[in-house]
Amino acid sequence: MRVFLPKDAAALALGAEAVLRALREAAARRGVALEVVRTGSRGAVWLEPLVELETPAGRIGYGPVRAGDAAGLLEAWLDEDGAHPLRIGPPESHPWFAGQTRLTFGRCGVVDPESVEDYAAHGGFAGLLRALSIGGEAIVDAVKLSGLRGRGGAGFPTGIKWNTVRLAEADRKYVVCNADEGDSGTFADRMLMEGDPFLLIEGMAIAGVAVGATKGYVYVRSEYPQAVRAMRTAILAARWAGWLGEDVAGSGQAFDLEVRVGAGAYICGEETALLNSLEGKRGVVRAKPPLPAVEGLFGRPTVVNNVLSLAAVPWILAHGAEAYAGFGSGRSLGTLAVQIAGNVRRGGLVEIPFGLPLRDVVEGWGGGTATGRPFRAVQVGGPLGAYFPEALLDTPLDYEAFARAGGLLGHGGVTVFDDRVDLSRQARFAFEFCAAESCGKCTPCRIGAVRGAEVIDRITTGVDVARNLAVLDDLLELMTDASLCAMGGLTPIPVGSALKHFPEDFDAARGLSRAAE
Amino acid sequence: MQGPSATLSHPAVAAPPWDEALAAGIIRELAGLEGALLPILHALQERFGWVPREAVPLVAEALNLSRAEVHGVVTFYHDFRASPPGRHVLKLCRAEACQAMGAEALAEGFMRRHGLAWHGTTGDGGLTLEPVFCLGLCACAPAALLDGEPLARLDDALLDGLVEGARA
Ligand SMILES: Cc1cc2nc3c(=O)[nH]c(=O)nc-3n(C[C@H](O)[C@H](O)[C@H](O)COP(=O)(O)O)c2cc1C
Ligand code: SF4
Ligand code: FES
Repeated sequence: MRVFLPKDAAALALGAEAVLRALREAAARRGVALEVVRTGSRGAVWLEPLVELETPAGRIGYGPVRAGDAAGLLEAWLDEDGAHPLRIGPPESHPWFAGQTRLTFGRCGVVDPESVEDYAAHGGFAGLLRALSIGGEAIVDAVKLSGLRGRGGAGFPTGIKWNTVRLAEADRKYVVCNADEGDSGTFADRMLMEGDPFLLIEGMAIAGVAVGATKGYVYVRSEYPQAVRAMRTAILAARWAGWLGEDVAGSGQAFDLEVRVGAGAYICGEETALLNSLEGKRGVVRAKPPLPAVEGLFGRPTVVNNVLSLAAVPWILAHGAEAYAGFGSGRSLGTLAVQIAGNVRRGGLVEIPFGLPLRDVVEGWGGGTATGRPFRAVQVGGPLGAYFPEALLDTPLDYEAFARAGGLLGHGGVTVFDDRVDLSRQARFAFEFCAAESCGKCTPCRIGAVRGAEVIDRITTGVDVARNLAVLDDLLELMTDASLCAMGGLTPIPVGSALKHFPEDFDAARGLSRAAE
Repeated sequence: MQGPSATLSHPAVAAPPWDEALAAGIIRELAGLEGALLPILHALQERFGWVPREAVPLVAEALNLSRAEVHGVVTFYHDFRASPPGRHVLKLCRAEACQAMGAEALAEGFMRRHGLAWHGTTGDGGLTLEPVFCLGLCACAPAALLDGEPLARLDDALLDGLVEGARA
């Protein structure tokens, strides 16, 4: 009997190891041999741990499984043709999965993330082999044609960045993967590294071949110990199998990878701070220009890309740039990994074409709030993203539409709040977070954020409200215009959107009556 | 809010004592890496539980940096501890998705019951509490890491039980 059980961090947090022990005990009691394959997660965190049984008709899913369900599951599998209250059927046909377009996450939760063979058997390395056969210029052209834009937040066209590095003259070039994923409400990078690490390796190797880089670093945040282990294990396996090293897949080209671990600084997700951190320095933001593509790591031309940007490339090369560009809308092409988080009934990751309305995610996939209380706000795009009310739920998930609505897509995190949220506290938190995580290089951010929290306190306690609201407005404008990077520059987005859409929460009288409740 | 038993400074802890030869070995092994400083600091903290003050001059010398430069890096990053932690470390998430599921009240209650403040260690040196901003467990919030193991959908009773279990 063969079953699949995720060891993704979310599955572990929800008791996957206890389920494993219980399944083994139950199998031993029934005298059956049980083979357990550990996978990543398919992204339905609300169904985790999601156990899958291999049957002649394909894999059948059961979830969410608790240790106490193990004996009953064994019984169902052995005696009752698999019928069980937790049975969801073949995962791919379940509506929550069937409505998705899994280009990047197609293998995640399906394959064994430690097995190069399994990866190759599921179509892995086809993109790299094609890349090696067509060479740097054609690779860059394909990436440009696909319309791929950076998934780290800024949405810069990936092909254009790669071309700059490709054309730069240097003795050495680097590919750096930004796996710092600091935004609250996001976990797509983590899931991919834990569930399909060879895809990231393949994407980085393609980038290396495209621009002529021989060395790559994956900078993973320290909050992700499971992802660090999964990446290191996969890199060793890929090197052993000849997909990394002096002679990548027999091409004569060299490319190798190393994992480096961050140290708990949000600002190190900003690409130039990240490069400083990799160099062993304080994670302070560098002024641009020079762009990292021209003068990056150790002064060398460097591709810096988010995990998901790099992981999109193997599909593009294997299936064609036009095929990728066939998904999405306007200037937001391909698919977006949306992470549904916070107070939501069916949280997790869904990969969908750009352009679907936010409401589909919050109400459709998400199924409303976890607490069952009324929905009140959603923050899209991490701590620097806007808070939207119900009225904006029809905003399409694409870069331009979100910008027009006064927000941003960022890394695709969608955090849902019920009616107990106090948006003045969320606005205050945005300032506090900025103050705590500021790299300290420029005053509007470093000092402005501290001032901002104080001003909000005055407003919500009813001190000189009209004047302090004006002070706040000026402060937001100053931070927007005069910050060196988006940390200080975008903190006004969560604050301003909270003020604009939820002004009642800043009303001192209301605050007092709330406190008295 | 803090009980009298709460201590922030140097409790009796299980972190190993300073060992210069050991530290020098760790540093020597990693000093050849490109950008070796963070890997070295991580390795020292993994071994000692914190970055011992005594290590700073050794690191500086090995990497050809000034002590001030090394100190500047150690203090810049939230991860690196300036004092030894307790035997167990609980990193409790304080970011938005966890807030949406009551993380603030969870943390306040936990601190009250255990006489702890952020970065504080219990009087018996058993547990250090640290804030963390997102663990990528935002779809099963509120979340935490206990000695590196992920925990999710926490409430008061579950968190107390897990912490007691680890300390037993
Ligand atoms: C404060 C701040 C934090 C950031 N955090 C991240 C992050 O965690 N991950 C990421 O990929 N990009 C992050 N970025 C964006 C990077 O600076 C950069 O745009 C990105 O790594 C480029 O890769 P891409 O083009 O593939 O998105 C951050 C930017 C800022 C200003
Ligand atoms: S805006 Fe803030 S984080 Fe960005 S460079 Fe200025 S001080 Fe540093
Ligand atoms: S916000 Fe707490 S785990 Fe992401």
